[in-house]
Amino acid sequence: MSHTVDARGLSCPQPVLMTMDAIKKAKAADMVVLVDTEASRENVGRAVENQGWKVESIATEGETFRLVIRKGAK
Amino acid sequence: MKNLFATRWGIIAVGAVIGVGAALLQYLGNPGNMGICVACFERDIAGAVGLHRASVVQYMRPEIIGFVLGALAAALAFKEFRPRGGSAPIVRFLLGVFAMIGALVFLGCPWRAMLRLSGGDGNAILGIIGLVIGIWIGTLFLKKGYSMTRTQKFPQAAGYVMPAVFLGFFILMLINPQVEGADKSGVLFYSLKGPGAAHAPVLVSLIAGLVIGVLAQRSRFCTMGAFRDLILFRQMHLFSGVVALVLAAWIANLVLGQFHPGFENQPVAHPLHIWNAMGMVLAGLAFALAGGCPGRQLFLSGEGDGDAAVFVIGMIVGAAFSHNFGLASSPAGVGPYGIAAVVVGMVVCIVIGFTMKQPQTGGAK
Repeated sequence: MSHTVDARGLSCPQPVLMTMDAIKKAKAADMVVLVDTEASRENVGRAVENQGWKVESIATEGETFRLVIRKGAK
Repeated sequence: MKNLFATRWGIIAVGAVIGVGAALLQYLGNPGNMGICVACFERDIAGAVGLHRASVVQYMRPEIIGFVLGALAAALAFKEFRPRGGSAPIVRFLLGVFAMIGALVFLGCPWRAMLRLSGGDGNAILGIIGLVIGIWIGTLFLKKGYSMTRTQKFPQAAGYVMPAVFLGFFILMLINPQVEGADKSGVLFYSLKGPGAAHAPVLVSLIAGLVIGVLAQRSRFCTMGAFRDLILFRQMHLFSGVVALVLAAWIANLVLGQFHPGFENQPVAHPLHIWNAMGMVLAGLAFALAGGCPGRQLFLSGEGDGDAAVFVIGMIVGAAFSHNFGLASSPAGVGPYGIAAVVVGMVVCIVIGFTMKQPQTGGAK
């Protein structure tokens, strides 16, 4: 996995801003986003889908949600 | 896993419930266009415990207590109770103080701004314009890398502090209930007239607070986030909840005979357009920098967020300063030092906006 956005411990809208920023700069078609609240997980998911990406998987690792997001086929 | 309340229809339903609930609370005794007002009610709590002695705004509002305990119950039930904190608490405290000072120049939090609009108070339009401008300024800082820094995980007990404080307040209220014609009962102050004397029955207020606390925790309802996400991301999600609140409260007000359009003689309001707007520019900026409207900060406190709790305490202390220093407005107009306080608050918030950044130890790699 090429790129990781670590937004743990940050409150909204920062996880979303960081993810959007990473999507804009993304070279690869996938990345990992780490957040640690349900609200951030939902917000990142919603924002990613607005950008034409999608959440491929969500894994819970202790207190961390590990979201794998992938660029959707245009 | 799927959280129904976090869907588009979920947030719309929650907004509508809050809108109708607020109109009903007003019908059952809460002050005019103030079925629910987080800022006003925290101010009343500050008065009830004697932090300020403005005799017309003293009441231990059970709605606020219900918000925190309802959010706690929902967070525990859905395994979202996460004790955390340590993200610039003193800065959040200061933002809470000035958020309250700004809100009391306008006379209402964002929730009440919406409820005033749905009750026909045209002055609310100025407040909402101010709110949006304040939040917009906040988004400029966010785009430039403004950050409150990361929170840390706290021990379980730390997350129960704020719910315990509010439970304690409710117990105080049970031990020291309102006595007809008395402005004090045991340690608690009560109002004999004015907004502090207008309230729905205690149990009704508490239950309404609990229900809204549960719903808002599940849906992440936030009036500041509504405008922020619209400005930053062109995202309608939270905004649709706020629109639902206004429409539902408006319809309920029409049905209950509580809709009185106009600018003059509106309940607990003044028609000074510039200061209605400027008060909310300050409040909106403070909410945006702190990451949530006053309601959302209460719900986060219930989930164990110690930083949100510090903001809430800041608001309560800010209310005390507002009334002790003559910063708060009244239907007669802006307080003698209200304008000066708004100017000081704007300077403080702008300095915070420019200076708070995430230390370069983490973040996107």
